[in-house]
Amino acid sequence: MPEPALVDDVSPGSPNRLPNGVAVSLRGVTKRFGVVTVVDGVNLDIAEGEFFSMLGPSGSGKTTMLRMIAGFELPSEGSVLLKGRDVTRLPPFDRDVNTVFQDYALFPHMSVAQNVAYALRVRRVPKPERTRRVDEALATVRLDDFGSRRPHQLSGGQRQRVALARALVNRPAVLLLDEPLGALDLKLREEMQVELKGIQQDVGITFIFVTHDQQEALTMSDRIAVFAEGRVEQVGTPVEIYERPTTEFVAGFVGTSNVLSPDLARALVGRDETSTIRPEHIRIVAPGREPTSEEMHTAATVRDVQYLGAFVRVRTETAGGARMVVDVPTASDTLAEIVAGTQCTLAWRAESVRAIGDTKSTNTEGAT
Amino acid sequence: MATTTIDPMNNRGGLRRRISRVLYQRPRLRLALLLGGPLTWLLVAYVGSLVALLVTSLYHFQSDPTGLVQRLVTTPSTTNYQRVIDTQVYRTVAFRTIGAALAVTVIDLLIALPVAFYMAKIARPWVRRALVVAVTMPLWAGYLVKGYAWRAMLDPAGGVLHEVFGRSPGFGLSGTIVTLAYLWLPYMVIPVYSGLERLPNSLLEASTDLGAKAGRTFVKVVLPQIRPSIVAGSIFTFALTLGDFYMAQIVGGTTQFLGNIVYREFSANLPFAAAYATVPVVIMIVYLAAARSSGALEEL
Repeated sequence: MPEPALVDDVSPGSPNRLPNGVAVSLRGVTKRFGVVTVVDGVNLDIAEGEFFSMLGPSGSGKTTMLRMIAGFELPSEGSVLLKGRDVTRLPPFDRDVNTVFQDYALFPHMSVAQNVAYALRVRRVPKPERTRRVDEALATVRLDDFGSRRPHQLSGGQRQRVALARALVNRPAVLLLDEPLGALDLKLREEMQVELKGIQQDVGITFIFVTHDQQEALTMSDRIAVFAEGRVEQVGTPVEIYERPTTEFVAGFVGTSNVLSPDLARALVGRDETSTIRPEHIRIVAPGREPTSEEMHTAATVRDVQYLGAFVRVRTETAGGARMVVDVPTASDTLAEIVAGTQCTLAWRAESVRAIGDTKSTNTEGAT
Repeated sequence: MATTTIDPMNNRGGLRRRISRVLYQRPRLRLALLLGGPLTWLLVAYVGSLVALLVTSLYHFQSDPTGLVQRLVTTPSTTNYQRVIDTQVYRTVAFRTIGAALAVTVIDLLIALPVAFYMAKIARPWVRRALVVAVTMPLWAGYLVKGYAWRAMLDPAGGVLHEVFGRSPGFGLSGTIVTLAYLWLPYMVIPVYSGLERLPNSLLEASTDLGAKAGRTFVKVVLPQIRPSIVAGSIFTFALTLGDFYMAQIVGGTTQFLGNIVYREFSANLPFAAAYATVPVVIMIVYLAAARSSGALEEL
């Protein structure tokens, strides 16, 4: 393939400026189905070797965005650049990109080895090299002895690995993963998260990972783009996304946040803008004790107590009418005193409060 | 409306309740009630008539020494079968019929594949529904009506094909094959369509994603996946053509199919007609066995 001309993609000082080369560049990508705009002017730069997640609720456009990078859908507007080369209108078979599908899409009539060898056969790779690369790919996903099995003889987790090996065998520039862990049970999903991240670091290929699971995105990603209604709400590292959400949507969707309107913020935390505070940053002061001098505090009524294993989620309402969610560790000694209907004191440190340049006020809870 | 309280633990209750309770406790009785009727029908009507056919085929006629009177010999013998095998014309007709059945099957498959693919994978839902209706619509029209309609199409002197294209296969073997291919097309389109509908789009996408173009995707991914549907469709088109005799009379000119011989001999020599009628039965058994050994029937 001729060396593609690199487009000067990122203006200096842009928050998207990347240290490595740019693997994928999305320029004002928009997708409309009839009158519905599913993806709305998305601009993103994804670095080479990056584990990049597109996180959002269902219907936020993240999967459609992925399908446009793969070439399964044509954008209505905008362009998709792969290593600086415009591939917007290229068919999937001409893109140096492979996909791990949500349902794995393994060919049921082929063995595991034949599935993995498919892309190599298409490219007429000679048999000895083909066999070697298939073995390598299966070893990468720890399925060395499974080559002769049929997909229906494998467990969900094993099928997932075959799909991964099949997509990696070609060493694509970018690997696209469409909610690949969605069908697995929790325990297996957590194992696969670790393993997937490990494989990504080993092979050094750019991963673009679509998920609606914020925990998954936080655990695995180098950077996350949070999608809502076809737009990118925020791009950043997991820490930035979690600690410094720039929109109310992000604050609510990623983890659980108490979002305070400017009025409530003024009364409770002494700020004039919409502010958030995470439930784990608030503590309930044991009766008869006082908040420390650095802490801000307010009186509240306990509305509801929910046992969640490692912690207890307490929903409270302050005198000013703000609903505050507080997470109390199960080991905490104040737990016995927290009963629905009783009064309590909430306390937090001023630096736990984050401002959002936004106006509305609600208490939003994301999927946990 | 008055309400009745039912005590579920009460052992009495109405008659229907008691019957239901007996049925609940006796699974074999339930099965007997479910299948008794249909099984009786199958045994008497299907197996019974087949046995009668086979038994009849083992009889034969024998001339008495004067040559004036034919006598029916009911001692089982293979005389009729010997005659089928030894007579050139009966062999020719059998092979012609098999050839026509294969030709009809291939023609229907070639038409059904693109149509069914469009219906299952490309058409919008309302177009898809309209096409399902359109494809099955000819089944609502009478068999004879369609036969005579095709007579009007094929007529070498002034038929529709002759008028529009200036040429027509005319009445004969090809005309019969064309007509039968038209008649049995829905039986191929519908199974192939439902097979393609069950095929996940992601398999097609995975194939292109891995670098394959349309041709390879079709041969390596689509065809192996819908093979059971194609076999199912071909069983219809093949068997229906094998058993047909009336289209050969309407549009076949002098062409004879297996059925035409059976029909002709039926009044003159019933045992021989019965023997000849087992030929398509045997062919279908062979065809089904071949389909089965290819593994295509397992996923039906």
